[in-house]
Amino acid sequence: MAQQLKPALIMLLFFTCLTGIAYPLLVTFGAQMLFPNQANGSLIINEKQMICSELIGQPFTRPDFFWGRPSATSPNPYNAGASSSSNLGPGNPSLVEAVKVRIAALQANDPENKAPVPIDLVTASASGLDPHISPAAAEYQINRIAKLRKMNPEKLRELVQSHTEGRQWGLLGEPRVNVLSLNLALDTAH
Amino acid sequence: MFINNYIQISLYLITLLLFAKPLGVYMANVYENRPVLINRFLASIELALYRLSGVKPEQEMTWKAYAAALLWFNLLGGLAIFGLQILQSYLPLNPQQLGNVSFDSAFNTAVSFITNTNWQGYSGEVTMSYLTQMLGLTVQNFVSAATGMAVLVAMIRGFQRKNTATIGNFWVDLTRGLLYILLPLSLVFSFVLVGQGVVQTFKPYVQIPLVEQAQVSPQPEQANTQIIAVGPAASQIAIKQLGTNGGGFFNANSAHPFENPTPLSNFLELLAILLIPSALCHSFGTMINDTRQGWAILTTMTLVLVGGLLVTLHYEQAGNPLLSAGVDQAPSLTQSGGNMEGKETRFGIVNSVLWATATTAASNGSVNAMHDSFMPLSGMVPMCLIQLGEVIFGGVGSGLYGMLVFAIIAVFVAGLMIGRTPEYLGKKIEAFEIKMAAIVILIPAFFILMGTALAVLTDAGKAGIANPGAHGFSEILYAFSSAAGNNGSAFAGLSANTPFYNIVLGIIMLFGRYGIIIPVLAIAGSLAAKKSVPITVGTLPTHTPLFVLLLIATILLVGALTFVPALALGPIVEHLQLINLH
Repeated sequence: MAQQLKPALIMLLFFTCLTGIAYPLLVTFGAQMLFPNQANGSLIINEKQMICSELIGQPFTRPDFFWGRPSATSPNPYNAGASSSSNLGPGNPSLVEAVKVRIAALQANDPENKAPVPIDLVTASASGLDPHISPAAAEYQINRIAKLRKMNPEKLRELVQSHTEGRQWGLLGEPRVNVLSLNLALDTAH
Repeated sequence: MFINNYIQISLYLITLLLFAKPLGVYMANVYENRPVLINRFLASIELALYRLSGVKPEQEMTWKAYAAALLWFNLLGGLAIFGLQILQSYLPLNPQQLGNVSFDSAFNTAVSFITNTNWQGYSGEVTMSYLTQMLGLTVQNFVSAATGMAVLVAMIRGFQRKNTATIGNFWVDLTRGLLYILLPLSLVFSFVLVGQGVVQTFKPYVQIPLVEQAQVSPQPEQANTQIIAVGPAASQIAIKQLGTNGGGFFNANSAHPFENPTPLSNFLELLAILLIPSALCHSFGTMINDTRQGWAILTTMTLVLVGGLLVTLHYEQAGNPLLSAGVDQAPSLTQSGGNMEGKETRFGIVNSVLWATATTAASNGSVNAMHDSFMPLSGMVPMCLIQLGEVIFGGVGSGLYGMLVFAIIAVFVAGLMIGRTPEYLGKKIEAFEIKMAAIVILIPAFFILMGTALAVLTDAGKAGIANPGAHGFSEILYAFSSAAGNNGSAFAGLSANTPFYNIVLGIIMLFGRYGIIIPVLAIAGSLAAKKSVPITVGTLPTHTPLFVLLLIATILLVGALTFVPALALGPIVEHLQLINLH
């Protein structure tokens, strides 16, 4: 049986070179040629200053910004160096309590809004870095932000719509609003 | 909207089944050593490799020699990946200067990757250097998948051949599967993924100031900057999906926007999970010259998958009754609604449950939503799909050889009922095959239940629990199911990066892989040595709807008899409590 040891060793070395070195290097080289922006993290760079990655969400707590999904990363929310979810079970009292606190925070900043809160706005995302909220969650926040920024709500609604993506090819995924790009546009406009 | 849920599911299943035949025929050609299109480019590499390693490709092996070659190769692979981890701080390509991995975690990860499990006790972006991810993890993603496919091909040869002692050459099967199937598919897929936004770079992590700067903060710098982990991810993600490995480059796995940025990347990664396992059914049919047999198996797998999928979809879309006060969970044109804890907005409910069922039906184990936060019954479905033995599509190769073992059990049960010697694909099924088949079915069941019992009886085991009550038990049961079934997904609240879980789960993964491969190869050897019996009117046809039903019944019955008591203590009681609380 030991006669298989030599081929095992050589095969392992060969496949390590092929799939562990040549293959990732080839993909990296090709990716940097063909899609340099995506391969490096879809970073938005303005006058040589890195602004953000359009795929990675950021925390927003100021009431005149749109808020994103709650994030369970530690030590800070939206820590893109250590992605993580809450892993709270559906019956865990901590989950029920956390959702209550989030609803209270939203309502405290927008006392006139009596509508039920869209679920994605009060539940933590899987990665802790979700850059999107649902169009319903954006709509829920429009009146609050319009009032604080002294904007016409219809104008703001148009801005939200221009940052809303539909299903890819009209079929795949879910409609969504990129919170970060929307807030950046909000600061540029007002 | 509800209707879109079903459109996305149908689109997925149709696309998957459309690929089964062309890819299946192609893979059969690869393993039968017939010329394939890309052969000319790679044939010279293949021959050079055989010369270099002293392998004579035409020299066939007995099942024992085949198993020995496989075990040596996997043992060396395990040692290499272990060494890389415990020495990574001294090695290059470590821009974040990550430290050496602890011995118990390195053992667990080494076993996890050679067994095609990809259970991850560690968290990728804070533990593994770029070098370890490439040279260790990516390599084993390829070779563990090619190993599984080789064992399947050896088993198919057992049915194909008669009166012979050999079942093929492991080195040839390994090399051909890797060079002609996994590598070209991964190469193409990597580029598509990068185009969608998956990162592929050797640069260090990116540091940027946050848009909203906190005014008062005890640690202003940390609170006001975001460090974004990057790395050579696309090349690894392509093979982790295609090879049913599932180990994420980042901790959040395929929920991370850099692993799975768009609905299209999600669709393609989801397709990649089941692509090879479903096409191998057609390869099997082609190789035994009766494609109806392959379609019967594929139908069986698809039916069980769709059944599980519909249950999961129902409970996740219905949402969490405990959260209903002041919250809108109803699906509408502007939100997917449902139980969104631990899910990503771009995927919504339907893509999360489709992924959860596909990844656990196959032994992939990557996740795009957190199973720990699923509703009790919809979290039970992924757990059950693993416990059924990872035969509903299953791992590349391993799923189908497991399913063929269940087919052997099914014809045996039918034979008992009508009082005839059971036959399958022209081979008499006798005591030796049934003994081996029983081992294949008992090993994962034994380790899942005994492992769970050990964990709940020890402090070290209970220390890992994150959620209180029945859900905590489910976390442990899921972990042992995942390890023994070589799946790799988790109810990830469980803190499993401890010496207890690293070592116990590591040992169980070894038994769950090699404790099955060895009896399967023994069955292959025994079948190859038999003569072929002619089909008569008394032969049970194994391509009919009746046989599909018999096979489904066998799988579900074995699974139910083994696991219902354990499930009653976990997800079922949790479901009842949840209704009661509400």
